[in-house]
Formats: sequence, structure tokens, C-alpha cells
Amino acid sequence: MSLSEIQHPESEDDVARIVSQANAAGLPIEVRGGGTRAGLGRPSQAASVLSLARLTGITNYDPSELVMAARAGTPLSEIESALAANNQMLTFEPMDHRPLLGVDGEPTIGGVFAGNISGPRRIQAGAARDNLLGVRFVNGSGEIVKSGGRVMKNVTGLDLVKLLAGSWGTLGVLCEVIFKVLPRPETAVTVAVSGLNDAEAAEAMAAAMAMSVEVSGAAHLPLSVAYRFGDTLKGEAATVLRLEGLTPSVDVRTERLVAEMRRRGEVSVLDAEVTRDLWRDIRDVKPFAVQRAKPVWRVSVAPSAGHQLVAALRLKTGVDAFYDWQGGLVWLQMEAEPEADLVRQYVKALGGGHATLVRADAATRAAVPVFEPQPQALDALARRIKDQFDPGGILNPGRMTATM
Amino acid sequence: MPDLIAFLEPDLAVIGRRPAIIADLAQLLPESCLITEERELVPFDTDAFVSYRRMPLAVVLPETTAQVAAVLKYCNDNAISVVPRGAGTSLSGGAIPQEDAIVIGVSKMNQILEVDYANRAARVQAGVTNISISQAVDADGFFYAPDPSSQLACTIGGNIGMNSGGAHCLKYGVTTNNLMGVRMVMFDGSIVDIGGKALDSSGYDLLGLICGSEGQLGIVTEATVRLLAKPEGARPVLFGFETSVAAGACVTDIIGAGIIPVAIEFMDKPAIEICEAFAHAGYPMDVEALLIVEVEGSDAEMDAMLARIIEIARRHGVKTIRESQSATEAALIWKGRKSAFGATGRIADYICMDGTVPLGQLSYVLAKTSEITDRYGLRVANVFHAGDGNMHPLILFDANDPEESLKAEMAGNDILKLCVDAGGCLTGEHGVGIEKRDLMRHQYSDADLAQQMRVRAAFDPKWILNPSKVFPLEGRNGSQTGNQSALAEEGKAGAARTGKTAA
Ligand SMILES: Cc1cc2nc3c(=O)[nH]c(=O)nc-3n(C[C@H](O)[C@H](O)[C@H](O)COP(=O)(O)OP(=O)(O)OC[C@H]3O[C@@H](n4cnc5c(N)ncnc54)[C@H](O)[C@@H]3O)c2cc1C
Repeated sequence: MSLSEIQHPESEDDVARIVSQANAAGLPIEVRGGGTRAGLGRPSQAASVLSLARLTGITNYDPSELVMAARAGTPLSEIESALAANNQMLTFEPMDHRPLLGVDGEPTIGGVFAGNISGPRRIQAGAARDNLLGVRFVNGSGEIVKSGGRVMKNVTGLDLVKLLAGSWGTLGVLCEVIFKVLPRPETAVTVAVSGLNDAEAAEAMAAAMAMSVEVSGAAHLPLSVAYRFGDTLKGEAATVLRLEGLTPSVDVRTERLVAEMRRRGEVSVLDAEVTRDLWRDIRDVKPFAVQRAKPVWRVSVAPSAGHQLVAALRLKTGVDAFYDWQGGLVWLQMEAEPEADLVRQYVKALGGGHATLVRADAATRAAVPVFEPQPQALDALARRIKDQFDPGGILNPGRMTATM
Repeated sequence: MPDLIAFLEPDLAVIGRRPAIIADLAQLLPESCLITEERELVPFDTDAFVSYRRMPLAVVLPETTAQVAAVLKYCNDNAISVVPRGAGTSLSGGAIPQEDAIVIGVSKMNQILEVDYANRAARVQAGVTNISISQAVDADGFFYAPDPSSQLACTIGGNIGMNSGGAHCLKYGVTTNNLMGVRMVMFDGSIVDIGGKALDSSGYDLLGLICGSEGQLGIVTEATVRLLAKPEGARPVLFGFETSVAAGACVTDIIGAGIIPVAIEFMDKPAIEICEAFAHAGYPMDVEALLIVEVEGSDAEMDAMLARIIEIARRHGVKTIRESQSATEAALIWKGRKSAFGATGRIADYICMDGTVPLGQLSYVLAKTSEITDRYGLRVANVFHAGDGNMHPLILFDANDPEESLKAEMAGNDILKLCVDAGGCLTGEHGVGIEKRDLMRHQYSDADLAQQMRVRAAFDPKWILNPSKVFPLEGRNGSQTGNQSALAEEGKAGAARTGKTAA
């Protein structure tokens, strides 16, 4: 695609004008933030690109209110440094897809919310969608619409904010997002139990989550991936549990968690610095950021089903795997083929959930549904919703499903 | 009392067919599930927004999802309106019926179907009360976090309808943050399962959309909710301040310091007086504002957190500090706050507002609120969840005085507009219902509302589900013309209702 086909609106009104024109002409557009997640999803069939790269800037930030507003194209790095300057953070820890997908570019805050991108702390602090308070967007007819606002609690009308989060630019072009931020924890440690197999790890993580110690990250890194974390895990399988907060509180909780976990395996406690790097690497799926030709799945199932899924798949095909979210988020790297039918058949058999083909070449992503196909009734409902936002079907057509 | 708020004009044709409709309903569910006698319909004629009442055509209380589906399909096929109902504790009139509507109540579907500790989830029927979930898992060290003050009575279905919160949602979030899945009956009687024990969804976030949709998108019959490990202990501290401004600034600083207590509750002078007279909680009477700040954890953790909170309060010139040394003292501190609504109800009639404002605007909005009520010659007491800016001014009035009742409603409207103008919203947790419906244009533009209504039409093309609520009656749109959805075409047969109203 030549450069001339990329449009760079600098205001919400520009976005509205461009979308109106495209809608009138019936010309589909690809909505793009920093493009770092452009390889996630079905390749979309668009005549031109609408880039949010110039719709930037933090528009409202009063640290004492724990809320920030920013234009959609604002680089995530800019948001994070503004927050860091006030000792605050995005609590849902959005994953950086660049290492996994092997791409460059600057992730934008709009892209984070459009993809509902969340990391390890999701199990405690909620997903991106739980932290998004308000949006301004342009729908497929070119109308500027707002939903939600900048307050923490808001039940005024239908919650379109949730709908926009995770809609991958297919319902509207996000122009401005307003989201919750939180103070950074004073300290953090990781309690690591070594040598557990996947099933034992699932039990250990469930036990930890059942304690009142407020685990903010629960992952299991089997032997096959442990060495990717350098010396941290000493090359052994590790079940890692993160605790965060005020120092005296973390001390007490660490003691309690260690006492419980000691009954299950050898325990070590990793300090704040190691903890920070370890969870960043888990968040960014570092173990699979090497052999980039291999397909990678992100599977969300009930926590107790994660290891069963992997065990079942292993009997049929070559996979490598590790677990986040208490075992419920399974990162699967396939040896050769994506085996979509097999993966999805087992997900269904184990109580349901969804599998997303996060990494695969464009031809595969065009042929295999990247996002979990919905049951017929929900698919029809999604179709009706899409029609109500984008009647001309011009926003990122084909990105989420072939027909939408 | 002259009604400020209109309902849709009842469909006389439907009312005229009442006997036939009742006969048809009798084919769809057991006799014990169908209520048609006027005397037995009375308890359903309003919710907790008692100044408005409408008798329904009939009430059905199904025992199964299949029965809900059968009734809803029948109503949709025959273009009869439906009002979903839980326990009827809505404060915004969300569950008030209308004369041409069938109430579908989920109160008989009150079973806890499954408790799954390994996955920290419970699957329950929509009619279980909020508190019964926590009670069922309490002995095993778990709880369900959202805790509306009405939790003894209100149902999970109603909580989902309103996206309800509670005193502890500062730390744990509201219903939408703790809901994992639903089984829902759609307008045409089809049954869908959304979400479950796996987190997030791969398609559009329908669960997030349904939460807070006030019975307009379908009828929830089952829910999967998040269970959390119970904290080891909880301890409230009471702080008295000489000014509301100081109390407000203290709240902002606690939050800003990175301490998230489980609750920060605020009471102003009138609220303190009312609660103290009723509960004898030993609240200080020489202060203008009280904060109750509660922290959770082990003793050592609570000590550490409270030390920091007290230090912050001192910086704001706190006048009284009362720490609780025992469970009895803790209960006493909460007793006054928890009896606020009941105590207020004993001295006057009141309506409870629910606007949310940015934290930095709390003091300003409090001051303006008194100006507004002064202007109407009414009294106001403020008791609310300060940590998230969700205000609850209680406007006191005499319901036997029609003029004063009207003034109270008008003062309420002015206060809600004030909240919106201060960067907030009309409702933080009670929902729009009928109460705030006609103020929606103050918060949203026509385009904003039109987009919401189009989404609504994707779920309910004939607008049969709770149609008098949420969206202003004038200028309603149904399905968008020229869209590709076959169902929207079908919807035209039922003709999305235009804004014909009747007071
Ligand atoms: C004294 C008192 C204190 C309160 N305190 C709080 C509080 O602290 N926090 C708070 O958030 N609220 C509070 N409320 C408000 C109220 O209790 C909540 O809104 C509650 O969630 C309503 O539940 P319900 O079962 O009574 O639902 P109802 O009032 O029957 O219905 C509420 C709404 O949900 C819809 N609905 C009900 N069931 C279903 C279903 N199965 N499927 C689809 N839609 C359905 C209804 O149509 C209606 O629009 C309080 C109310 C009272 C009277």
C-alpha cells in the first residue's frame, strides 16, 4: 500500500470527516494506532489506512483523582512516563506485543483499549475494559459519540465503553479514552515454588488465590520455558506468585504465603527488582519471542482447565506452553501447524473459553478464524450490533471475523 | 401529587385483550406462577421509588429459564411490553410496571447452582439474594464482593440490571467487575450463554453491555460470579473534621497516597445528627463532617495502613479520631452509617440522589447542593461513598404536601445537573430508571443517545423490554434505516414506539 493512502487526522473532526467520506464512497478503511498489533487479527481488506499517530496528547490528568484522559494516538510510553513521574501506573499491565510478533513501532493508548490488552494483574485489578471509564469515538457513519465519563462509578445509560473495549476498531474509531490509574505499589515480591508439574502448579495457584494474601500475579513456568528467564528461575519449573503493596503488609503476607507453599515444594522469595523484570517477561510472553515462525495461541479457560488442555493437546501434537492468570491463561506455541480445530475442540470439551491465534502468518490468519468463532445466536447478535455502529461495514472489515 | 415523570401511554388494545392474554399465559406456566388478582398485584405496583405506581396487566414468577423463554417469546410475538423484576428495590423506578405490561419476576429462581472454589466462581440463579451468595461460601473463607446496602433483599438479577455497587466497591469494584457470565433469554425467547469461568471474551464484550442495562436487553436467569478470599480482618476508623472541605481533601490525599481502603464513607452534619439520634453510635456532635475509613487484612497490615491514614488526617486538622479496638466498637462505628436511610426515613420522607463527581469536585458540589436545597426551602443530609465520588444527598420532604414533594423532585433534578456540570454523571449505582430518564439529554448529546438506542434495538427490535425507562420518551429511534440486519427489518412490523406519553 502506498503512503498516499494513509490519512493522518489531527483532530476528532478530521476523523469524523474522513470516516463520513469513506462511508459515503463505500470505501473500507483500516484503523491503525501504532501498528504494533496490526498482525493480530484477520488481515483486513481496506482501501486506505486511517492512522491515529497524530491524534495525540494527554488531555486531562490530575494525579489526585486517579484518572487520566488522552487522545487515542498518544504513545503508551508517553502515558507511562507521565504516570511514573507521579508514581502511578496502569494497573492492568497491558502486554507489549512487539517482542512476540517481532515488530517495531509505538503502541498507542487507543490500541491498548481497542484490543482490551491486559497483563498478569488482570486477575486482581481487572482487564483494560474494567479500567476504561469513558470514550469518545467516531462511528462508521462519521458521527462523534461519547459514552461514560471521567468518574469511577457511572451507570448512566448503556455501557458502550465496554463494547468499544476489545472491538478492534470494528465499531468505531476511538478518538479519546479516559481511564483509571493507580498509585504504584510501594514494593513487590515474588514467591516462587520450584519443581511442580503443571497439575500440581494449578493446585498451588488455586490454594494461593484462596488465601487472603492478595496475590496480584499467579503464573506457572514449566521446565521447557524456565531457562528463557535467565538465571532467575535457575532452570527449574517455577510456580510464581506476586505480592504487592505497602512494605509492612507485603512482609506479613509473604510470610504466610511462604509457609503455605513450603508444603508443596522448595520456595524462594524474589526481590522487587527481579519481580519487576520477571512479570514484564511473563506479560510479554518472552519464552515464545524467539522462534517467530511458530504459531502462538492465547487461550482463556477456567483456571483448573488450563493444564488439562495442554496435557490433552500433547497427546496429539507438539506444543510448548506456559500459564498466567492462575492457570486460566494458556500461552501455547505450536510446533508446526496451528491445529485450530483441535485446540478449539478441547477448549469446548473442558468447559469453554476462547482461543485467539495471536501469531501466525497472514495466509494462515486469513484461512483460520483468529478469534474464537461464536455460537450462532451470539454471532447474529454481534452482527446486529456491528450494523448499528457501522452500517456501511467500512471499519476494519474482516478483522475480527471474515464476514464482519 | 402532580407527576413530573410520564410513562408511555398504555396500549389500550393490549389492555382490552387482558383476559385472553391471561388465558394464554396460563398455558405457558403453572398456575402457581401466575398472578392476576388485583389484590395480589398491588405488591408489584412500584419499587423503592415509591412516589410512582402503576398496576401491571399480570405478573409471572417463572421457575425455569424455559418458562421465562416461553413467556418472553409470547410477549414479543404479540407486542406486549415486559418489565423484568428482581426484588423491586430499585431506587430509580427501574422495576415499576406499566398498565399494559407483564411483569416477569425472577424471585422463584433462587438456587445457588454450583460453587467452584478452585476457579473462584459461583453459578447462581438470577433470583438469589445478593447476601445469600456470601453466606453460602462464608464458612469456606470466601465472599462475593459487591455489597449494596439492600443486600438482604436485592437479587443478583437486579444487581446486574443496575450494575450495583456497595460500600466496599472502592477496592473490589461494582457488579460489572465481578460478573463472569450470564444465561439470558433474548426478546424472541432464544437462550444465550455469555461468558463463564474463563476471563474476558473473544467477540464483543456483551457481558459488559448487559450489566447495567436495566432489563432492556433481555432477562437474565443465571449468573456466574467471582468469589474472593475473605480478608483476615477489617477495622474502621472514625474521623471528625471541622469542615467538609477538610474532610474532602483528606479523602483525596488518602487515595492519592496509594492507600486504597475498602471503604471511605462520608457524612455531613445533618446526617450525623439524624444517625446519632437514631443509633446512639457515639458520633462526635461538634464536627461538620465525618469520615469512616475501613481497612482490611491481618492486624499488622491494618496497623500499618491506619498509621498512614491517621497521619494524613492529622495533616488536614482532624478534630476527632476514634479507632475501634474490638468487634463491638467496630460495629458501633458502622451502626450509625448503616442506619442512615432508616433513620432518615423516621424523621421525614426523602429521595436519595446518586450522582457521581470527580473527587476534586466533592467540596464544591456539597456546597452547591445546600444552596440548591436552601433555595427550595428543603433540608438535605449527605451520606455517601466518598472514595469514588458517588454522592447520595438525601432530600427531606413531606410526602403529604404535594407542593413540597414537587419541590423535592425539582431540587433533585437540579442537583443531578450540577453533578453532570461538575464533570460527573447522573447516576453512579442506582440506575436511570424513570427517575433520571428525562435528564439524560443533560449528559448526552442526541448522537450519543441515538447510538445507545440503536444498540438497544439490536437486542429488542420492538422495544418491548422495560420500554418506559432510561431513554427520554421524545425522539426515540428504533432501528437505523438502511442497515443490513434482517432482524431490524422484522422489527419494523412492531414499529419502534414513538414518544407518545401519558402522565
Ligand atoms: C434501602 C436501600 C439501599 C440500597 N442501597 C444500595 C447500594 O448501596 N448500592 C446500590 O447500588 N444500590 C442500592 N440500592 C438500590 C437497589 O437495591 C439496587 O439497584 C438493586 O440491585 C436492585 O435489585 P432488585 O433485585 O431489587 O432489582 P429490581 O429493583 O427488581 O430491578 C432493578 C432493575 O433490574 C431489572 N432486572 C431485575 N431483574 C432482572 C433480570 N433477571 N434480568 C434482567 N433485568 C432485571 C429491572 O427491570 C430493573 O430495571 C438500595 C435500595 C434500597 C431500597
